[in-house]
Formats: sequence, C-alpha cells, structure tokens
Amino acid sequence: MSVILFGVFALIAVACAVNLVLQRHPVTSALSLIGVMGSLAVLYLLLGAEFIAAVQVIVYAGAIMVLFLFVIMLLNAGAEEKIPGKSLTAKLLGLPVFLIFLGVVAFLIQKYSSANAPVEFGAFTGGGPREVGRALFTTYLLPFEVTSVLILIAILGAVVLAKKEID
Amino acid sequence: MDLPLPLPIQAVPLSAYLVLSAVLFSLGICGFLFRRNLITIFMSIELMLNAVNLSFVAFSYQMKQVDGQIYSFFVMVVAAAEAAVGLAIILTVFKNRETLEVDDVDRLKL
Repeated sequence: MSVILFGVFALIAVACAVNLVLQRHPVTSALSLIGVMGSLAVLYLLLGAEFIAAVQVIVYAGAIMVLFLFVIMLLNAGAEEKIPGKSLTAKLLGLPVFLIFLGVVAFLIQKYSSANAPVEFGAFTGGGPREVGRALFTTYLLPFEVTSVLILIAILGAVVLAKKEID
Repeated sequence: MDLPLPLPIQAVPLSAYLVLSAVLFSLGICGFLFRRNLITIFMSIELMLNAVNLSFVAFSYQMKQVDGQIYSFFVMVVAAAEAAVGLAIILTVFKNRETLEVDDVDRLKL
C-alpha cells in the first residue's frame, strides 16, 4: 500500500514540478506548485510526520500560495513571451544532459547513502503535534522565540516595502 | 552494498525519498535558471525549499528522532517570511518599472 501511495504521489509531485518549470503563465505554475506541496504532504504522512504534513497544507499550500496567487492577480501578470534564437545545441542537448545528471545523482544516492532501509508506515510515530511541540518548547526554545522576531521583522519589511514610493 | 536497483516491490527504501527530493531540487534549479518571470523564479525557490524539507523529514524518519521535522518547520517559517518580503519587493519592482521580466530589471537604480 505504501509503495502505491509513494509511487502515485511521487509521480504527481514530479509531474507538477515539471509543469511548473515548463508553463509560461505564472498562474499555471502556482497551481502546479500547490500540487507539489499537496503530494509532499502525503509523503510526509507516510514518513510519520503528521504535524509537518498538516502545517505543509495549512501554511504552504494555504497561506503562502494564496499570497502568490494574490500578487499574480494584483499585478495582472501575463504569460512570458517566447525569445527566439536559442542555440541548437541547447535545444538538443539540454534535456538529455539533464536526465543523465538526474540519473547520476540517483545512482550516487542509492549507492552511497546508508538510508536503504525500507520505509514502513507507522514505524516512526514521533512526529505528532505533542512530540513536535515538546521539542519546540524545550530543546529548540531559543530558535523558536527568535523566529517570532524574524516574522515581526518580515511583517515590518513587507509593509515598508509595499508602501514605499520612489519618485 | 546493495545493487543500486530502484524500488523493490515490498517496500520503498528511504533513498527513494532522497532521490525524489534531489529530482525536485534540480527541477527547482532549472526553473530558477530558465524562467524569466520574477514570480515564477520565486516559486522555483519555494520548490527547492520544499525538496529540502522532504530530505529533512526523510532523515528524521531514519534517525527516529523528531529534530529533522523541527528543522523543516523552521524552513517553513523562513519561507513564509521570505515570501512576504519577496512579494513586497516584487510589487515595488513592478510599481516602479512596470515589468516582471528579469532581463528588463538589470539596473539597481532607475
């Protein structure tokens, strides 16, 4: 079962990522990115990271992508124009070289990583909200608190940048 | 050392997750390099962050510790902050130059 789930959602993720890269219109890219994030959330569930999966859907696919779509619609961004005159070698060799590169990377990971143990659903259950919350508020208390400062600065920066007028 | 054959039928090895993460990261780099729309480039960066998150969670599974998930949580927080600031910058760029093409935005000063 987990093999089927992994296969299906890994395929969806890769297909959506390819679509993100290939599409010319930003709205299509944004929707494919949402597809990637949703399928990654399922993979997180398979790996026993329930809290991260929920946060992935809520924060990433929800908040951040809504922000993206909002900006795309606000700016009325259209499709990219085609630029003629790309070199023939780039057209012919680009895709094969990229695939070879991916193959080499996959081979190296399979060969040299020590992570060849099979993934069983339910073998690791330490990723629920309780465990994550406990780690956040004990071991990682300082980084967690610093994060709030980071977000405050980001809010201030966003407001200042969006208000600024250059004459 | 096992043969580098992918995907035995019974179970998915953890390295399959790492390979998927590498593939998504490479696709993100491709989008970053090939697209010329500022917003699409920004989304490619988000794709790369997601790929790294998948690696973190996979290693967290392998170590049977929650720390990797905490890291991916922090990555998400930073990505949210980055998206807010970055999109504000994109708004400002568009307001001042009326374009989203990176090739047209080649000067710091107008």
